[in-house]
Amino acid sequence: MTREEVYVKLNEVFRDVFDDEDITVSDTTTANDIDDWDSLEHINLIVAIEDCFGMKFNMGEVTTMKNVGAMVDIIMSRI
Amino acid sequence: MKELEYPFDSEYILKKKKKLRRELLESGKTFLKKKIAVLGGSTTNDIIKILDLFLLNYGIQADFYESEYNQYYQDAMFDPQELIDFAPDLIFIHTSNRNIRFYPEIADTAETVAQKLADTYQEFENMWNHLSDKYHCPIIQNNMELPSYRLLGNQDCVNPHGRTNFILQLNDRFHHYAETHDSFYIHDILSLSANYGLDAWSDPFYWHMYKYALCVPAIPSFAYNLSHIIKAIYGMNKKAFVLDLDNTLWGGVVGDDGMENLELGQETSIGQAYVEFQNYIKAHKDMGILLNISSKNEEENALSGLSHPDGPLKKDDFILIKANWEPKSINTANIAKELNILEGSLVFVDDNPAEREIISQQLPDVAVPEITSIDQYIRQIDRHGYFEVLKLSSDDLKRNDMYKANIERTAALQSFADYSEYLKSLKMKAVIAPFEPVYMSRIAQLTNKSNQFNLTTRRYTLEEITQAAADPTRLTFYGKLEDKFGDNGVVTVAIGRIEDNICHMELWLMSCRVLKRDMELALLDKIVDTCKEHGISEIRGYYYKTAKNAMVKNFYGETLGFEKISENGDDSVWSMMIPEHYEHHNQVIDVAK
Repeated sequence: MTREEVYVKLNEVFRDVFDDEDITVSDTTTANDIDDWDSLEHINLIVAIEDCFGMKFNMGEVTTMKNVGAMVDIIMSRI
Repeated sequence: MKELEYPFDSEYILKKKKKLRRELLESGKTFLKKKIAVLGGSTTNDIIKILDLFLLNYGIQADFYESEYNQYYQDAMFDPQELIDFAPDLIFIHTSNRNIRFYPEIADTAETVAQKLADTYQEFENMWNHLSDKYHCPIIQNNMELPSYRLLGNQDCVNPHGRTNFILQLNDRFHHYAETHDSFYIHDILSLSANYGLDAWSDPFYWHMYKYALCVPAIPSFAYNLSHIIKAIYGMNKKAFVLDLDNTLWGGVVGDDGMENLELGQETSIGQAYVEFQNYIKAHKDMGILLNISSKNEEENALSGLSHPDGPLKKDDFILIKANWEPKSINTANIAKELNILEGSLVFVDDNPAEREIISQQLPDVAVPEITSIDQYIRQIDRHGYFEVLKLSSDDLKRNDMYKANIERTAALQSFADYSEYLKSLKMKAVIAPFEPVYMSRIAQLTNKSNQFNLTTRRYTLEEITQAAADPTRLTFYGKLEDKFGDNGVVTVAIGRIEDNICHMELWLMSCRVLKRDMELALLDKIVDTCKEHGISEIRGYYYKTAKNAMVKNFYGETLGFEKISENGDDSVWSMMIPEHYEHHNQVIDVAK
């Protein structure tokens, strides 16, 4: 899967979790950019992304990922 | 909403929870509003959000109180003003084995282990007793799931130093408390986690990362199971099965194969599976669930199949048997009418997806579980929690007989030209009296389950019933009715609030099983007699319209002879001035003095 293809699926997940069809994420997107993206919603996002891509983040990765770009790097390294 | 029924897609629910909530709230349903306090020993955020969805799907809109992280004990024992002001209708204590602080150490003496068990249990019991005294509402408590590892291997459950052994003993004490206390219910995560898969359920990732006591993907299963207890408390259990015959209760088509060639019994694996399924269905009778049949068969073929020597279910186990060629939607609707229950109280079980589709389309309130093959039928029905038991009453054991007796009464009616002669022939006897402790559970159950013959549809918890009985400003009445065909048990409940010499009927309900027997007249007579003893001169009746109680819109006027004194849209207020000389309206029931 290319990075663009990952973003197509990732945007779907973000739109579902936040119930907002207008969301589009990129490498520099952080939690500050989306209302409702707090630490508790973060859990849901992680679970939904893991389910979508059939992979699991490890504990260290979840705590250290700084932005969506870092998240995509991990996804790409796993699939 | 299909997405929120078993078997649901947990990931879908978690991902789409915002959209699902929006759609549920936009459905235009009228919701029962309840306040639920969640006292957590770990993260409760998504548990509440998903529980909210399942409750909305049951027609319950909950307002939640959520304790601060892991403050369950403090909130339970130290009466925070915020919780007091919240005034919960129901309290849920979300603890897990992560909240056990004093597990036995291998080096502990037997006495120390026993003390740790006692202390751990006592902390919980203190909470339950205090909450019960303070809030007088139902309490739901998780039991403990098994440990995620066994230090002592297979000895972990045997040796008192093992955590498994400790947890099993703790659960025993939890369960005993629930068995001996009303309005206290165990949420059985011991079974739920086993069912889900303990390794996945207790994945330490979710504890260490987010302090969730279960894996996030298990939250929908957890919340679904919890919602069953809550909807049962609010009277939303199903009441009856409508069962197909061919390939549902036996293998084969009785009209084509003949009874002797059906797969039912020990001869084949499939036959054995059908025996197991018939036993499962039959066991529901003793829980007070009514069994009925809708089958596309000649009646004699249907009855022939039911007389199979190896079949646990026999003709007499069923209340109504509709074996004909009518559409099943018509038969099912008729079953609801003849039993005097709502379509929403029925569970339709049929192996044929086309038949299931017709029912889903024509009778959308009927529950229609998806069943696939005989080896899966039991699970595919069981997991829906249609008949979540809170407490089994002796009325439940007798319910099937009561309904059968009703069918006999209807048959007897055919032979009487004069209706009141028929009523007298029933030799009815009633007891109408103030609430008694032995019936209070059943009385509370009735206030939550009765929808049609219910004038005000006011719901009461067991505590509220107990309070009403003790309240000197209120008159309480329950009525039991029996006749020559059988005992109907407690069938009517009324509560009058006395204010300025007027008795305001805040509750009047009756089971539809005893319609048109003049029981309501007997109750009115008792209310009038009681009012006279208290020097009350007027009785006021109130009708609050709901989607389900149109049948009693003019009850006070037409049946009891009250006068309408005001109207507010579809609601109405009625009055009867108690005459000096009151002649009893009831002439056909012998009411005990």
